[in-house]
Amino acid sequence: MVLSFPSAPAGTPREGCRRRIVKASGLRLALQLAIAVVVFATAAGGAATKALAFSSHELAAKIAYCQDCHGPAGQGYRGFYPMPRLAGQQVEYFEDQLRAFVEGRRLNSIMSPVARSLSPAMMTALATDFRAFNPRPLGGDRRELAAMGEKIFQDGVPEQNVPACAACHGPEATGIKQIPRLSGQLYLYMVKTLTNFRKDRKEHLSDVMYPVVESLNKRQIEAVAAYVSSLR
Amino acid sequence: MKPIMKLTRLNIAILAIISFAVPAWAIDVETPKRCTVCHSASFQGLQPAPRLAGQRYQYLFNQLSDLGLHRRDDPNAKLFMWPVVATVNPQTARELALYLSSIPPVAAEDGDAELVASGREIYQEGMPEANVVACVACHGPNAEGVGEIPRLGGLAYPYLVRRLSQWGHLYNYATRPPMPHIASNLSPNQIKALASYLSFVK
Amino acid sequence: MMKVARAFSAHSRASRNPAGKAKSWVGAFAGTSGSQGWLDFMGTRSGIQLALPLAMLVIVFGGAGRTSAAETAAVSKPELEAKIKYCEICHGHSAEGFEGYYPIPRLAGQTPDFIKYSLQAFAERTRTNNIMFHVARVLSPDMMAALGAHFHDLNAKPLGAGPTDLVAAGKEIFETGVEPRGGGRIKSCSSCHGDNAEGNQDFPRLAGQLDDYIVDKLTNWSKEFGQHPSKMDVSRIMQPIAEALTEAQIKAVAAYLSSLQ
Repeated sequence: MVLSFPSAPAGTPREGCRRRIVKASGLRLALQLAIAVVVFATAAGGAATKALAFSSHELAAKIAYCQDCHGPAGQGYRGFYPMPRLAGQQVEYFEDQLRAFVEGRRLNSIMSPVARSLSPAMMTALATDFRAFNPRPLGGDRRELAAMGEKIFQDGVPEQNVPACAACHGPEATGIKQIPRLSGQLYLYMVKTLTNFRKDRKEHLSDVMYPVVESLNKRQIEAVAAYVSSLR
Repeated sequence: MKPIMKLTRLNIAILAIISFAVPAWAIDVETPKRCTVCHSASFQGLQPAPRLAGQRYQYLFNQLSDLGLHRRDDPNAKLFMWPVVATVNPQTARELALYLSSIPPVAAEDGDAELVASGREIYQEGMPEANVVACVACHGPNAEGVGEIPRLGGLAYPYLVRRLSQWGHLYNYATRPPMPHIASNLSPNQIKALASYLSFVK
Repeated sequence: MMKVARAFSAHSRASRNPAGKAKSWVGAFAGTSGSQGWLDFMGTRSGIQLALPLAMLVIVFGGAGRTSAAETAAVSKPELEAKIKYCEICHGHSAEGFEGYYPIPRLAGQTPDFIKYSLQAFAERTRTNNIMFHVARVLSPDMMAALGAHFHDLNAKPLGAGPTDLVAAGKEIFETGVEPRGGGRIKSCSSCHGDNAEGNQDFPRLAGQLDDYIVDKLTNWSKEFGQHPSKMDVSRIMQPIAEALTEAQIKAVAAYLSSLQ
């Protein structure tokens, strides 16, 4: 948009004409400026809203914080407590677990304060980032049980009314949506989770697991854990 | 070298005692007597040398190997430990670590009692807003450690303060994550609080 | 049982007096008969004649109690309940289906014949599904029948419908059939599956079935069903139909069916 001022001495009819042109141009300019302001303000407002959630620096710091316990690539870590693998976890499941810690649907004295410090937007960002990691499994354990675990996982144990885990978790234990990935999960963590399921998890989604864990005996739990912990 | 020379007479006395105390199967008598010179006869520590008694086997072994490879490089380690460890072979290191881990530890209890409560809070709950993880997750509810993760409970206050501060200075950086990152986020006051709390933990 | 016995006891007295026969029956049940007890009766000729059928009646109906037709003597109640609970882990709390890694189909309201047939097909591997093979291989025929009866009685709401914009087109296909591109005519689905897709004996109920389950089955029919070509298998009826339907038609009909109550 160009403001053109035809050069003419004042007082001439062209000057009057010029004034009118200036007026018209000015109005056009004002209108265009107004639109520009509105557009940029909205965009800036939108960006500002996003910026209010967190900056990329904050996200990076938060990821590093998670990695302190969950491993440099989210592969998990054997601390005093086994800290689970987060790498490659289903986004919906990841987000729901963080919410569960906040809402008390899942009980864990270490994770509850952690989750409470996260905004929903941060939860989504973390879930998305960890989904992309793909390190090797930290280390399968009890390899001698893996074959037995595979059978339970893929075929179930119909004599004991134990369904095949693969039906919901997938044949490669990748999970889907709100059903968690299990492949590459820590052996100790799997054993602990399956053993204490009803105690630690009160959420409505995972109560589908109650009859499953109650039908598995200790050795079968260890076998399934051994199997999935070795899966890529 | 001064502290070592000063303790020469004490050294001999300790030698005598130690040579009876060390089980014959464990190690040759020479090695632990050298340790007691700085770490005390009971291995409960003598500033600036930390308590070794009751420390995790795997952690002790890893330290000896890191010191031997010069991966652990904090100033005291460099000054006192590098020459010593140069003469320790892996088999001896294993035996030493096993022996030391079996000795019951005694808490130093020399921290600031008034800081214990806030130290406990940092230890047990972490500081999520500051991205500091709860130490308990790895070091255990009684700071007892597990595997290669050291027991912190009952270590001496000055030692803990120094070591926690050193992570922030990138010493010991070659050793296993995540400690450098975690501890480098701690403020001096938080370190003092943590160290105070831990010195009392049995 | 005692009442019946007493009735016969009175009857045996009355049988010596034909005129009073009918009256004696009523009287017997009303408890106004005479002093002769049932033990005396059983010792009589009539009594012995009666004893065997009576005994059989007792044996057959004695165990019935409050049971439904589903529960036969071969499947105990706890066993059945445990098995149902096990099915519902995957198929949903009320057998409404579940979106696992695979879409796990609705069983609620399914025809008992179809459930029985399916379980048998899984066990014999005429229908290929590794997970269901292992489920079915341990089930006795009685258990299969019991499960069929149980799930038939359930009536959960549909788990969730497919795309609503396809429903109208799907309804049309369901009710009037299609004309495949290669010629011929596929008659309306409703002619076998029922006007409301409620199913009919071997033809399964489709109403409220999972949208993506239907799509998956229709798309991959011959890969999963009729795996023993030499065997008689009702699923063979669907093969030309499934193959003739286009992708769009399959999606439409699935959307419609998944929305039906």
